[in-house]
Amino acid sequence: MATATPPQRDAPTGGQPQKKKRGGIVREFKNPERRTAYLMVLPTLLIILTIAFFPILYAVVLSLTSSTVTGVGSFTGVDNYVAMFQNPAFLEGLYNTVIFTVISVFFEFVIGLAIALAINRAFRGRGLVRAAVLVPWAFPTVISAVMWRLMFQDQVGVINYVANALGVISQPILSDRTLLLISAIGVDVWKTTPFMALLLLAGLQTIPGEVYEAAKVDGASVVQRFFSITMPLLKPALLVALLFRTLESYRVFDLFWAMSNRELESLSTFVYTGVRISQLQFAQGNAASVFIFVSAFLLALVFIKGFGMQTSTEDG
Amino acid sequence: MAGATARGGEGNKSFNAILFYVFLIGFVLVSIAPLLWIFKMSIVTRADLFASPAATLAAAPIAGNYETIFGDPAFRRALLNSTIIAGITTVICLFFGSLAAYSIARLRFSFKSTVMTLILAISFFPGVAIIAPLFLQFSAFGIIDTYLSVIIANTVFALPLTVWLLVAFFKELPKDLEEAAKIDGATTIQAFQKVIVPLAAPGVFTCAILTFIHAWNEFLFANTFLFTPATQPVTVVIPNFATTYTTDYGAQAAAAVVVTVPLVILVLIFQRRIVSGLTAGAVKG
Repeated sequence: MATATPPQRDAPTGGQPQKKKRGGIVREFKNPERRTAYLMVLPTLLIILTIAFFPILYAVVLSLTSSTVTGVGSFTGVDNYVAMFQNPAFLEGLYNTVIFTVISVFFEFVIGLAIALAINRAFRGRGLVRAAVLVPWAFPTVISAVMWRLMFQDQVGVINYVANALGVISQPILSDRTLLLISAIGVDVWKTTPFMALLLLAGLQTIPGEVYEAAKVDGASVVQRFFSITMPLLKPALLVALLFRTLESYRVFDLFWAMSNRELESLSTFVYTGVRISQLQFAQGNAASVFIFVSAFLLALVFIKGFGMQTSTEDG
Repeated sequence: MAGATARGGEGNKSFNAILFYVFLIGFVLVSIAPLLWIFKMSIVTRADLFASPAATLAAAPIAGNYETIFGDPAFRRALLNSTIIAGITTVICLFFGSLAAYSIARLRFSFKSTVMTLILAISFFPGVAIIAPLFLQFSAFGIIDTYLSVIIANTVFALPLTVWLLVAFFKELPKDLEEAAKIDGATTIQAFQKVIVPLAAPGVFTCAILTFIHAWNEFLFANTFLFTPATQPVTVVIPNFATTYTTDYGAQAAAAVVVTVPLVILVLIFQRRIVSGLTAGAVKG
């Protein structure tokens, strides 16, 4: 039996897994400090495992059966997936979700970066700007959708009124699906661009000013400085912000639901329909759940491996 | 940085400054204009609202829409439900989250990076992917359409945020104090309770606000697991006002304002802390 090892052994770097030998796990739990450490993270881990990871496995099982919301059915292989990809509602949801994600994240990124670059300096009224940034962020998404719907509305909506007066639109905004999708993108950009700007600003503030001064002395132009200093040094913060926004847009639900009075389909609304509205679609909804999970996972993987996003949390 | 505008002639400089402030004012206006407009919609009469946006703008304020909304027991109930759900979720997340965060920030153990990765993976996890299995399980346990179902689901998605923020806060606290407490004979748990928790109070408070906002704003789980007005929070009830108050747009606007204003006030008071809390993780990560 391994006796308690002095905890100082790996004190400088705070635990190096490579040092573990046989019986490491036993030793790990013999040490009172480590045992306490495990006990303290255990509840959180259990909650995450039982309420997030176990259900996703269950969803995989359900997607391979002819289940309904009242019970698990017999094994049907990939039938649900085949049916799902032939279902126009799913395809429409997929199309809307991809368009929504790509366009809204693109605009949020470009405008957010422009704002971050502009306000990355000391100026009067900084607090006011920061507060203004947080206002749309703090709104519940559904409520902001309700608010914007009231403004898009054809009887009392100010935006519909102005667009009509200018001759931009020929029919009420809320009765046309394309206009609805465009409006939803607009609302999402309004709601999350400020937050994107905030994250990018925090990233910009970690770039030391001397780097720019040195480049300026060397005769680098504004454009050169942007592409060879700002962008590379901002990359870590930028990738985190982009990944989070992309995944968040990808699971859009609240906004479509409340803006369009449940008309605009997304991947998430398709899953929801299977659970709460259409019994027949329950199994396909599970297939869509698995589809969303796997594609979101792949997206994250592309960011982490493909773009070299750093996920280390300066462990120590 | 500041140096960027320092060059150029005096006139050029002030022109730049004016341009900068015009840009800022535009940005601030775009951010808050919808809330202001909806507020205006909520305090005018139906006739003015339907007349034209100009009439809406010019109309004298009335409180009728707020009377309608607060006179509706369903709305009052929804506010209570939201408060209960968000409040309990926050308490649970802070309790488990602070234990886990302390362990990750301060104690030594071997599987730390695995644990951290697992917790963070939840932030990438699409909640919609598990609503079907959870619906079946909650039905099986008989807790569908209860506060508990939504609190459980909310907890798992708010917890990573809580842990993440608290790890950042705990790491910033001076280590010597706990060492001293331990030398005086305190156990790890006592050091945590008596030294860390009080010191970390501002951080924990920020974290509580963010968790509360997260839970208050949640919609998907509430909309899936709750069917009756007795349990539904405001986020679920208000969009349905479009059918309850079909053309009573003033009342709908009033409801939106009531739900948002507390959050806006919270954010305005604690903006500095909230921003540093929100960006701490993103920048270091």
